[in-house]
Amino acid sequence: MRYMLIIANDPALHPVPGGPGWDDLMAGYAAFSEQLASHGRPFSGDPLTPPDTATTVRVRDGKTLTMDGPFAETKEWMSGYFLIEADNLDGALMAASMIPSAKFGAVEVRPVAEMH
Amino acid sequence: MQQRDGRPVDQAIELVHRADRARVLAGLIGLLRDFDLAEEALQDAFVAAFEAWPKTGIPANPAAWLTTTARRKAIDRIRRAAARDRRQREWGELSVAWTSGSPADAIVDDRLRLIFTCCHPALSIEAQIALTLRTLGGLSTAEVARAFVIAEPALAQRLVRAKRKIKDSAIPYRVPDAAELPERLDAVLAVITLIFNAGYLPGAGSAVVRADLCEEAKRLAVLLADLLPHEPEPIALVALLQLLDSRRAARADENGRPLTLEEQDRELWDRAQILTALQLLERIATLGPPGPYALKAGIAAVHASTRHPADTDWPRIVDLYDRLLLVEPTPVVALNRCVAVAMTGSPDDGLRLLDEPDLAVALGQYHHYHLTRADLLRRAGRTSEAAVAYEAARTRTDNRAEHEFVDRRLEELALRSDGPIGHPTRGAAAANRQG
Repeated sequence: MRYMLIIANDPALHPVPGGPGWDDLMAGYAAFSEQLASHGRPFSGDPLTPPDTATTVRVRDGKTLTMDGPFAETKEWMSGYFLIEADNLDGALMAASMIPSAKFGAVEVRPVAEMH
Repeated sequence: MQQRDGRPVDQAIELVHRADRARVLAGLIGLLRDFDLAEEALQDAFVAAFEAWPKTGIPANPAAWLTTTARRKAIDRIRRAAARDRRQREWGELSVAWTSGSPADAIVDDRLRLIFTCCHPALSIEAQIALTLRTLGGLSTAEVARAFVIAEPALAQRLVRAKRKIKDSAIPYRVPDAAELPERLDAVLAVITLIFNAGYLPGAGSAVVRADLCEEAKRLAVLLADLLPHEPEPIALVALLQLLDSRRAARADENGRPLTLEEQDRELWDRAQILTALQLLERIATLGPPGPYALKAGIAAVHASTRHPADTDWPRIVDLYDRLLLVEPTPVVALNRCVAVAMTGSPDDGLRLLDEPDLAVALGQYHHYHLTRADLLRRAGRTSEAAVAYEAARTRTDNRAEHEFVDRRLEELALRSDGPIGHPTRGAAAANRQG
């Protein structure tokens, strides 16, 4: 079963490039990716740029409405994701708990709705 | 095969429903991997029993008959669904699934797996409780709804949502491995405790005790202890629940008013439950340092072994609370420790701890906090402060019996308000409002 692990962070608590904790964070992500790869199951995942780079699109009555900013304004923002395969929710929760950002942010685990 | 007239059949079906429903259902869920299908198939099997048993007689092993029949009913249902939806895949997997495995072991494991599925932390705690009572306990949806004072449709909705989440997010049907077991076992123990507390300390309505919920919780605890014989904490939970429940007949007077531990007639305590519990505690004492449930049971055991409240070994209780605080540093544990401290020293010692800001903030909305404070103030002779605290407790519970308890105390205070009351002779007073 496929699960999306959505990483949310409060930028105020998140290490910044070159700042304290950054190198450890990057090393943590490298280790996590290696761990995922060692299971031999397909996965993907990437960090996202901050929400000030986000653009939101809506189509209403055939017209495309383009707006600056993310679709939800919250203190926490989606900073990255992993798409993994696991046997069941326990496997996905285990993976989520190993994501380095879970230590200061949060990881939402959502099963992918498989369309047959 | 036994009698063929109607009444023994009804009794036999009722008996097997009470005794074996959870085990049969757990086996079916394990086989079918589908809560709803398993429940429907078992329901079909009970209907079939009502039709068949008066003619054929009661089978030698009713539970096995039900399992076999429910499997057949499940196949019927899946075939019908397959014909409708062409879901042939599911049918194929099913026929493979039950050709393997030895039935006896599989059934025991199924119930354990089911407990861990029902008490999975990915489900809300309300859903965990409802699902556990509904599938492993013997209560109907209506009974569970009544017990937790929620409307039946709301509960049904909650169950539907929980079962859908189990299916759609693939919450597994398995016993957690060794690394996860301690944490997951805590969740199961917590659910059983909450079920017991809902019976022992009902929040709304007039009852002092809801015996049905206490019985369900004890049954679940015994089941868990049987299924995990090498884990000390489930055994400790059985002992704890038995020790608390042993006071059932003594916890209210003839008018249904709750009595404190000090006021209870200890002759009414159920010696049989107490003895069993003490034996269980002896058995686990050799299995390493006590966990939170063993410590709580140890505290209850001190009371259970004391015939007269004045003889209570309060220093030992304080020591047990000190150790409990290390493994379970919660405000409620701290609150109960305050009482024990007050009983070893003076009410003012307890009050000083109770009024510490951390505790006062954490428990400000909890009526037992105010009751405890009121009781210690009363014992310290601070009558007017005690009255204010009793009023504060009164506004924080909906339980009529608790209201009457507070009223009784307020009356007593009014009677004696002309002089300082009850400088307690040490130990003669007991304050544990948990009863």
